[in-house]
Amino acid sequence: MTERLARLRIRRGTGGEPPSYEEFAVPFEDGATLLDALIWIRTRRDPTLAIRYSCINGNVCKECTIAIDGAVDYACTTRLRTDRVVTLDPLPGKNQLRDLVSEMRPPRERLK
Amino acid sequence: MTHLECDVLIIGAGGAGMYAAIAAARAGAGHVLIADKSLVGRGGATIMAQMTVAAALGEECPDDWTAHLEDTLAAGRGLCEESLAALLCREAPARIREMAEWRVGWACRADGRIAQVTAPGHSRPRCCYVDFLNTGPAVAATLRRRIGHVAAIRRLGNLNVTDIVTADGERGGEVAGAVALDSATGEAVTIAAKAVIIATGGLTRIFRRNSASANMGGDGYALALGAGADLVDMEFVQFFPIGHLAPRLVGMDPIMWDPFRYKLGGRLLDGSGREFLLDYGSDETGGYTTPRDLATYAIEREVAAGRGSPHGGVYLSFTHVPRSALEAAFGPVIARLAKNGIDLGHMPVEVAPIAHYHMGGIAVDERMRSRVPGLFAAGEAAGGANGANRLSGNAIPEALVFGERAGRSAAAYAATRAHGWERGPAAPALERIRRLAEGSRGELSAAVLLDELRDLMGTEVGAFRNAAGLARAVRRLADLRAGLSAAAIAPGLQFNPTVADWLELRASLVAAEAVAHAALLREESRGAHQREDFPETDPGWARSQYVRMTGEGALTVGGAR
Repeated sequence: MTERLARLRIRRGTGGEPPSYEEFAVPFEDGATLLDALIWIRTRRDPTLAIRYSCINGNVCKECTIAIDGAVDYACTTRLRTDRVVTLDPLPGKNQLRDLVSEMRPPRERLK
Repeated sequence: MTHLECDVLIIGAGGAGMYAAIAAARAGAGHVLIADKSLVGRGGATIMAQMTVAAALGEECPDDWTAHLEDTLAAGRGLCEESLAALLCREAPARIREMAEWRVGWACRADGRIAQVTAPGHSRPRCCYVDFLNTGPAVAATLRRRIGHVAAIRRLGNLNVTDIVTADGERGGEVAGAVALDSATGEAVTIAAKAVIIATGGLTRIFRRNSASANMGGDGYALALGAGADLVDMEFVQFFPIGHLAPRLVGMDPIMWDPFRYKLGGRLLDGSGREFLLDYGSDETGGYTTPRDLATYAIEREVAAGRGSPHGGVYLSFTHVPRSALEAAFGPVIARLAKNGIDLGHMPVEVAPIAHYHMGGIAVDERMRSRVPGLFAAGEAAGGANGANRLSGNAIPEALVFGERAGRSAAAYAATRAHGWERGPAAPALERIRRLAEGSRGELSAAVLLDELRDLMGTEVGAFRNAAGLARAVRRLADLRAGLSAAAIAPGLQFNPTVADWLELRASLVAAEAVAHAALLREESRGAHQREDFPETDPGWARSQYVRMTGEGALTVGGAR
């Protein structure tokens, strides 16, 4: 049996750079989420991939909010799919810090 | 580089940290700084808590804090620091009523009183909650709203404190401040603080199966040891017996089955569908009464004997509960479960013990003072109140009560001091940040090593322990610590996840070693510490162990503070 793969096209780089994307293939498991896949990439493929998350799968911290094929959603509650490539971007309208991480701190909670 | 000054620095913005900020400002501290390496009020454990806050309010039937204390001490298996446990139980009602005034939204009875249920280990209905499964988020949101209205409190997110700085010279050993990294900008930050409160939560993230958020890797324990404080009871990690195992559940906390058990009972079944708790001396015909350590023991034993469920746990079944009762108790949650393919009326789920809470922590007195002048701790980061096993529902009252006490004590301490900040003692921490920024070529990333750490702790230092496994863990942890400088780090500091991983690994290895080392020395079984090679509780071991760090960074474990 061939391994089922989910393909993710992920925005890389920092806000000041021209947009670039990198594609990763991730082994698919039933029920797995996008956040599972992103953590898998960080551990097995590329530890430099920047993502934000805290509660992991409680859907309470809202930190893993990103744009999934252009629609804003939580990586921790969106299921992984194998039928097509899924494109991931940081939140639109926010400063991109690196890769999928955008500035989410309220202005008064920033150092500067 | 930015330099900040404050009277009281609070590290960690969960329940304990946010309450400490409120209390410090209330006690007159003019400049309170609360920093979190995640986002303020969103990370940590408080927001993850789904249900039950214990307080002797006496809403359902007569109750008294001394009865709560009695239950807390019994659950702690003879190891609670009684003065801390008493503080928790005595002051919990005031904190819970205050949260009601602050509109947290405790579930209420028809007569308007706060509803209280009986959680395992409690002698009467004492545990309040916010429906549905919303206790932690409601508490966190309430506190976040409160601190937003206090002018004396400055909040900073994504500020990762790497070291607590203590003074040299005539005030040698006293807290002077901290060094931090603003992970969003990559800037190093120095903070002069007259007092520091560690409220970073626990360390359950270092175990493979856990209910932790991403930032519960034991940072506060490493910070405290580095500053010269003692840790106590580090071997006692509470494994929550019925963490969700299968089928894959998305968008819900793995410990969500506990409230189901409170409200609906439920049956724990082995792989063949047989109820087994009675074999271990726990009769649940009257309801959900089995304490956490006993349930964990029973489940692990069933799995070890080959009687587990397909994914290595046991079954939890509500199929005997009428659908109308399921809907009445958990409303919209039933539909969320259905979206995950889980129909509770027709199928059991698989559950297994997962690391949930750490009883041990920074050794403090009733004013939340560590042995380092100016260094305080609160919440799960502080140890002692819960002994060898925490009573259900005691974590959030602990966060609020100890947070209040720590904030007040730290403000009083700060009021009597001048700043003791000097650049010299901060230099090594700043130099480390500078080196991290340069990056380093290594074979393995810290992300891979953190993964190995979780497997190692889950396998060798989990709910069941023996000398050979613990010794293997201690050796491997020492190797990993020695190899820290060889980990691969990408250059640059602005939201560089390899730097964040490295800092987490550095702290987690210290915390893990403290747990494994103390567990190896405790040659008995008590509460959450279960040794296969020493299955009995030894009355001679009814005492705590303390962990300290030597000047060279080695950990020592001893019997007295």
